[in-house]
Amino acid sequence: MYKLLLCWRYLRTRYIALASVISVTLGVATMIVVNSVMAGFSHEMMARMKGVISDVVFESHSLAGFQDADWHMREIRRLAGDDIAGMTPTVAIPAMLNFQVRGQWITRQVNFIGVDEKTCASASDFSGFLLHPANRQQANFELRDGGYGDSRPSTLDKQAPRKALIKAGWPYRREKAKYEQSLRVQRNAGRQAQSGASADPFARSAKSSESKDPFAIKAESAEQVFDPATEQHTGVIMGIALASYRDREGTDRFLVLPGDDVRLTFPTAATPPKAVSDVFTITDFYESKMSEYDSSFVFVPLRRLQELRGMIDPTTGVGSVTSLQIKLKEGVDASTFRDKLKAHFPPELYGVYTWQDKQGPLLAAVRMETAILNVLLFLIIAVAGFGILAIFFMIVVEKTRDIGILKSLGASRRGVLGIFLSYGLSLGVVGSGVGLVLGVLFVFYINEIADLLGRITGQPVFDPSVYYFQKIPTIIEPFTLVWIVAGAMMIAVMASILPARRAACLHPVEALRYE
Amino acid sequence: MASTEPFSPIANGRLPASAVASGTAQVVETTDVHLAAVNLRKSYRKGHLEIPVLRGVDLEVRRGEFLSIIGQSGSGKSTLLHLLATLDAPDTGEIYFQGNRIDNLEPAGRDVLRNRYFGMIFQFYHLLPELTTLENVLSPLMIGHGVWSYLRNRREMIRQATALIESVGLSHRLNHKPRELSGGEMQRAAIARALIANPVMLLADEPTGNLDGTTGEEIMQVLRSLNRDQNVTIVMVTHDDAIAGQADRVIKLREGRVELGG
Repeated sequence: MYKLLLCWRYLRTRYIALASVISVTLGVATMIVVNSVMAGFSHEMMARMKGVISDVVFESHSLAGFQDADWHMREIRRLAGDDIAGMTPTVAIPAMLNFQVRGQWITRQVNFIGVDEKTCASASDFSGFLLHPANRQQANFELRDGGYGDSRPSTLDKQAPRKALIKAGWPYRREKAKYEQSLRVQRNAGRQAQSGASADPFARSAKSSESKDPFAIKAESAEQVFDPATEQHTGVIMGIALASYRDREGTDRFLVLPGDDVRLTFPTAATPPKAVSDVFTITDFYESKMSEYDSSFVFVPLRRLQELRGMIDPTTGVGSVTSLQIKLKEGVDASTFRDKLKAHFPPELYGVYTWQDKQGPLLAAVRMETAILNVLLFLIIAVAGFGILAIFFMIVVEKTRDIGILKSLGASRRGVLGIFLSYGLSLGVVGSGVGLVLGVLFVFYINEIADLLGRITGQPVFDPSVYYFQKIPTIIEPFTLVWIVAGAMMIAVMASILPARRAACLHPVEALRYE
Repeated sequence: MASTEPFSPIANGRLPASAVASGTAQVVETTDVHLAAVNLRKSYRKGHLEIPVLRGVDLEVRRGEFLSIIGQSGSGKSTLLHLLATLDAPDTGEIYFQGNRIDNLEPAGRDVLRNRYFGMIFQFYHLLPELTTLENVLSPLMIGHGVWSYLRNRREMIRQATALIESVGLSHRLNHKPRELSGGEMQRAAIARALIANPVMLLADEPTGNLDGTTGEEIMQVLRSLNRDQNVTIVMVTHDDAIAGQADRVIKLREGRVELGG
């Protein structure tokens, strides 16, 4: 009992010891914040990656792909059908994207992917990342009448409203077609007026050159068969970062909108490949918030891509694909599944990868960063431990006579040891407890704090134009909290062992004589 | 002789003073010698130098006696008291308490002995500065009891301590810290602390050494009445002849030997 009483009294009267645990407090708080933010980031990243990449990818080494996706899918199902929740064939190739902004052609390199809109939902969360709410239910390559402006229901983002998207869709396309039509009419009228009014010798040659212009004729003839105000080309779903950029305020500025046409150029499946090109109409944007994907993925219907690339066998009508996306059932180990497929299909022709294999380096980097930060921060707490050690030695020296008194009153060695160990433990409890509260509060209000710091320093701490999150994502894992706090308390106790032993071993007579 | 018997303080736990005094204790006793020292020697080392402090001290304290040990500074009287209280171990020689040898006890046995059988009073009071008077007086009980048994019996213990503090005239200082007390008050508190566990023997190390004459006299009155009314055996060490003279018997210590009395 005297142990607890004395321990409590020492705790309340020795503020210097409390000062020594401030570093424990700060260390614990920092560790909690760092771990929560890192966990938040990696969780967001993993969720997005998992949404984009299915659990296992079965792919051909060749861009020309392999024949007959249905046969392969049957074969895979025969091998491990019980593990599979869904499967979808895709064609993934590099391509060049062209679109016009203010009369300028912009060219971009993209990952061009043909998806099967009927089965893609079963293998990955592809449709869940689309902007249009209806497309999110069922992916579709038809241009919609509107409704692209509805923001994604996400708890994490307080997305700046995308006003430009409100008019996107058919209304935008019709308006654009009308505008272009009127532009063309104006231009033609101007030319006619010019040619009619002037009588100079150059007029004739100008007129003749116009009539001979092969592009004008071609454009006119195309116009007859394709009316952009009512028709669309094959739909394309573009990564949102390909079509927009984010300004300093975090608002997205769009270069093209759903309803605009883009041109894609890509290699055929022939040997040697030839470049083919076709015009597509943007029907939706894809936003996974993984900038790597959002700035490179372009999706079109699988069948159309197969046709364009010459991947369909003209005799049988069976198409080739470059990869199969496989989604596994809950609890199935992806690595085992991968090894099963690897053993069956010749590795010279097919590659089988889990999503961790695909994104391994990124995940490993995040894990490594977390580990290193944890080690460093734990060392800070350990340094704090040495502070406690030094101050405890001081307190033991200061309390030498009291220790002698306690011993003369019959306190045992173990009792004296217990006083200082429980003192150390209670310092650890106080230090890590305050640190826990501080850390958790900091995590809860991290975005407000970041905003405040940004306002004070004039430099945004968390720049939404760099990351694809509007806010800093955090996850507090109870287990992490427990081991951080337990570790800090252990360090405090360990730091008090030596001084406590010294106190316990003091000779009572010498301790009583101590002045 | 009881030397072969297990030492009763450890075997029996707490022994009421009355039981010991009336002879119903399980301790086998052959004489009424309460505490005895046989040929005690003790020396301290200072570097290479060995300084003998006690050079063969023989001593017998009878039950209910008020014995004072007098001697000049450096005569070894404090060392003798520490040896008797088992705070230190002699180089050679034996100490018997109620017929049992105690100088070679295990640390746990000594702790029980100091906690329940001996009460200690010091020249510099040695109260714990963090605790109030009441808590200081209660501290031997807290040490002797575990957390649960203390909490269970807390009310009774506090009542007992309050009564004791009242009997030494400190009831108005119950919740004061030692630094708020005068020297005489601190010594009274120390006496109350020494008595809280109903010890059968009080060991006092210059209890008046730091007090003025009147206050010292008051403290001596408290000690004398304890000895007279409650039959507590008292061994007191002092360098003051006048104080020593108030005891039943005086032993003079000189250069580590008993010179007079004994």
